[in-house]
Amino acid sequence: MAVREAEPVASLDEVREVGLDREDLLALYRSMLMTRGIEERGHILYKQGKIPGSFYTGRGNEAAAVAIGTAMGPNDVGAPLHRDMGVHVTRGVEPWRIFAQYMGREDGPTRGRDGNVHMAVAELGLHAMVSHLPAMLPVATGMALAFKVRGDHRVALGWFGEGAAARGDTHESMNLAGVRRLPIVYVCDNNQWSYSTPTYLSYPVEHIADRAAAYGFEGVVVDGTDVLAVYREARRAIEKARAGGGPTLLECLTLRMEGHAVHDDAFYVPKEMFERWAESDPIERFRAWLYTNAGLGEDEEMEITSSVKRLLNEALERAEASPSPDPTSLAHGVFASPEDLDTPHHK
Amino acid sequence: MAEMTYIQAISDSLRIEMRRDPRVFVLGEDVGVYGGAFKVSLGFQEEFGPWRVIDMPLSETAIVGSATGAALMGLRPVAEMQFADFVSCAWDQLVTVAAKQFFRARTPIPIVVRLPSGGGFSGGPFHSQNPESSFAHIPGLKVVCPATPHDAKGLLATAIEDPNPVLFFEHKHLYRRIKGEVPEERYTVPLGKASVHRPGDDAVVVTWGAMVYTAAAAAEELAKDGLETEVLDLRTLVPWDKEAVLESVERCSKVLVLHEDTRTGGFGAEIAATIAEEAFEHLDAPVVRVAAPDTPVPFAPALEKAYIPQVDDVAAALRELAAY
Repeated sequence: MAVREAEPVASLDEVREVGLDREDLLALYRSMLMTRGIEERGHILYKQGKIPGSFYTGRGNEAAAVAIGTAMGPNDVGAPLHRDMGVHVTRGVEPWRIFAQYMGREDGPTRGRDGNVHMAVAELGLHAMVSHLPAMLPVATGMALAFKVRGDHRVALGWFGEGAAARGDTHESMNLAGVRRLPIVYVCDNNQWSYSTPTYLSYPVEHIADRAAAYGFEGVVVDGTDVLAVYREARRAIEKARAGGGPTLLECLTLRMEGHAVHDDAFYVPKEMFERWAESDPIERFRAWLYTNAGLGEDEEMEITSSVKRLLNEALERAEASPSPDPTSLAHGVFASPEDLDTPHHK
Repeated sequence: MAEMTYIQAISDSLRIEMRRDPRVFVLGEDVGVYGGAFKVSLGFQEEFGPWRVIDMPLSETAIVGSATGAALMGLRPVAEMQFADFVSCAWDQLVTVAAKQFFRARTPIPIVVRLPSGGGFSGGPFHSQNPESSFAHIPGLKVVCPATPHDAKGLLATAIEDPNPVLFFEHKHLYRRIKGEVPEERYTVPLGKASVHRPGDDAVVVTWGAMVYTAAAAAEELAKDGLETEVLDLRTLVPWDKEAVLESVERCSKVLVLHEDTRTGGFGAEIAATIAEEAFEHLDAPVVRVAAPDTPVPFAPALEKAYIPQVDDVAAALRELAAY
């Protein structure tokens, strides 16, 4: 079983084949704008000194994250990572709560207990990542195990980067999923830089997806800046898993367009590499496609862009009004009480 | 009531929980056909099927991590580490993910990790450890260390019901050596409630796990000299029954803290510090700790005997305490 390199999606007809109508396409575009807009505003907040700690973005990964978030079924679950803001946005996390999270406020999904994209809203099927990558892969694998044990027609998604692919968790997870043919899709956000470490110092094969063969399932490499191609491949993999066809390893190739975090100017990334990948900026690329293939015009684009801006401005205002967590509440909530299990989290 | 060994009580409890709650399932290495390295789940796969008694690859990270994921989806996993020592491979999943998820994201992680622990039969450095103190130091994890068949059965039911990650330390040396009367029906034993294993007023030994029996044997030695020593079995370390300890200190005025784990940074240090902070004026002597020395667990019987606190060591320490 060799790795498959996915073709780009070219025409509107092909898009219809994968089940997207024009409204869906515009929704994808809107989510990508929202994702970038949230992170750009987050960066400004950081520079204004309003975000404690550090700040991470997923610039360059908006298409992959939004496409996969869109391809997930309503009851599917996963644990997206720090380059996957688009998944949270697509699943419906309210942007003001994301800003509140950034600023460590009470209304962020972790109520100031954790920062950055270390958050998720469980009611939306997402579970909060930890810093130790890819420690959420075994957890996502367990979600898929639960679906298999119960016979649920649900799928889990486990995200990891090409850097974290070097860790044993990745192997243990994929091996287990392969052995038990679990309903899971492993998504590798391959942005080519693990902090400052290039791919050739992280792994010795051509693609991370090559490894899928070793676990007895399919590996697919897709251009992560092509939102439609990622959507098509994610959808295929998810529905295959739902139908009992077992796991897929989907590798989305992008370039991390900024440093590892705000403090890092990424001096080690060759300038030409940035220039080359800037030409396939996922948002610009999809915008051009929509103009050519889906009849997007300036008025409609303006309407989308300004509605996103308006929403984010309002979100910022609302987030800034959110209080800091009460220090006297710190020791509450280390342990769960039995009534904490009576929530939709536990479905 | 039925007479059961410690290991039979654990099996019995697990079977009862699986019969009454379809969400409870077992996963671990060799737990299915083989019944687990110590046979706790022997016959379970026949009764509950291969998807509720899941033989896992040799992957402790995947075992604990997938238990966490399954718990997030509403199941009640009971994961088995073949030996408690191997939980080091799953440290990240317990400490980084499971322990902190509720605090961060308000999603409870109701998992139990069963840990056959302890030495006494030349298991050597990798099949004899008592790593409970390491986990007791991690906020978000509960730590249970039963000493009797009765408590093992009742505490396992409580652990499975608990909405948090619970580490359930089963002392291997008690598995088949210790028998006791155990109710046949289901019951629970609360976490955080110590039990007086042996009454006494002249001194108190605060301990847990297999050391309860070492302490009791030492107490019998001292009884020959007319000294009555209480043996207070903590039963659980997180939460631990501070009130019971302080009450015993107040009554007995002399305390020995005993554990099979190594001395430095062991949970006994926490108990001794708490007594110093909160019961100093009740003490008639400094708190004494008896614990394993700060070495890996050795293999040779003569060395292992020098490592694990023996009845004579505890009796000698109690005599010194009495003479203070």
